[in-house]
Amino acid sequence: MSDRTVIETAGLWKRYDDIEALRGLDLRVPHGSIFGFLGRNGAGKTTTIKVLLGMARPTRGEARVFGLSPFEPHSGVDIRGRVAFVSDEKDLYDYMTVGEIIAFTRSFYPRWNSNLEQQYLRKFDLATGRAIKGLSRGTRTKVALLLALCRGAELLILDEPTSGLDPAMAEDVLQALVGHVAGEESTIFFSSHQLNEVEQIADHVAIIERGQTVVSGPLDELRAQYQRIQLVFDGEAPDIRVHAPGTHSVRRKGRVLTILSAGGGTAVVDEVRGYRPASIDVTPVTLKDIFLESVKTED
Amino acid sequence: MILLKPNPSSGVPIYLQLMEQVKHAIETGALKAGEQLPSIRPLAEELVVNPNTVAKAYRELEHEGVIELRQGAGAFVSDTATTKRDAEKLKAAKVLVAQGIERLRARGITDEEIRRLVEAELAGITEGKRRE
Repeated sequence: MSDRTVIETAGLWKRYDDIEALRGLDLRVPHGSIFGFLGRNGAGKTTTIKVLLGMARPTRGEARVFGLSPFEPHSGVDIRGRVAFVSDEKDLYDYMTVGEIIAFTRSFYPRWNSNLEQQYLRKFDLATGRAIKGLSRGTRTKVALLLALCRGAELLILDEPTSGLDPAMAEDVLQALVGHVAGEESTIFFSSHQLNEVEQIADHVAIIERGQTVVSGPLDELRAQYQRIQLVFDGEAPDIRVHAPGTHSVRRKGRVLTILSAGGGTAVVDEVRGYRPASIDVTPVTLKDIFLESVKTED
Repeated sequence: MILLKPNPSSGVPIYLQLMEQVKHAIETGALKAGEQLPSIRPLAEELVVNPNTVAKAYRELEHEGVIELRQGAGAFVSDTATTKRDAEKLKAAKVLVAQGIERLRARGITDEEIRRLVEAELAGITEGKRRE
């Protein structure tokens, strides 16, 4: 993977009337990555995507896609030609058939890949004669995805690509995304609430909360940083304060003390050893643990 | 295909799970020296994991001498994979021993006592294992 950056935002603010949707959001999406964009509802995910697509102008701060500003007339057009976006709604023209919407979309994109089109028609088991109107949510998603994948776009922005799909269909979609990044020199930026899916296919993630980035980086590095340290004592666990940098939380229950650290386990283990626990165990945490810990309501 | 879908929610990085699977396949003889591993794209698609993750697993396996990456030809199990694997086993065992000793020290057991316990354990003369 190269060091090129596809999406970069710095101190992005967006205010709607009296709501601060983004409050200094920082993002860096490397070329060739599958980037999982996470946050609770209302955290600012959709606003961020709108800014990247040039559909909402930030109040302050900078956004760059391929190093270009989405808000300058020329670069805005350039960006829109190189980015494919699939919204959560999977907007499609209901009065067309699958074949018609493919032919219609193809006509806008000189880099349309007809081989891929045939591949995905087979892979997704799509009948070109079917009317869009009568399609299930899963099939609609597949059509929307086919249109995005065949455009020859360098960047795919997907808002909740698997929402409302059954597990088999979701797996088909994930497989198409994985194959696309491997074969087409492209980058995928997708928002999702399905943490297990993000864990499965993303190599980079960002978690945002109230318009700010609270966690971001390569997933494997986050996994190495975040550790759960469990201490078991012979008697009641002592009520201790842990000062090691990165300590997120300390929970005490009976003889057991559980510490979540974002600074690796070693510093915490060194610090708590003095309390003479009967055992110390350091265990890895899941993305779900990291997510829940990062978006915890603090007020 | 010998590789299984990794468990993304186990907390263990997927590239490490893939590395373990390859090493295990070599140990059991399911993969033999000189044999070719699947290339990155089909494997990523089959397992539905990030191709960069597969590439990372292969790079790390090459670094450990388990496989060889030949330019343009793909990944192959290296001839010395099994001996390297033995060396690695010892390395892993060393870590386990170090952890065990650390834990015992944390409980206030002296080095002399640890030595005696280890000797006794090896000689099979301990009277039941300590458990917390």
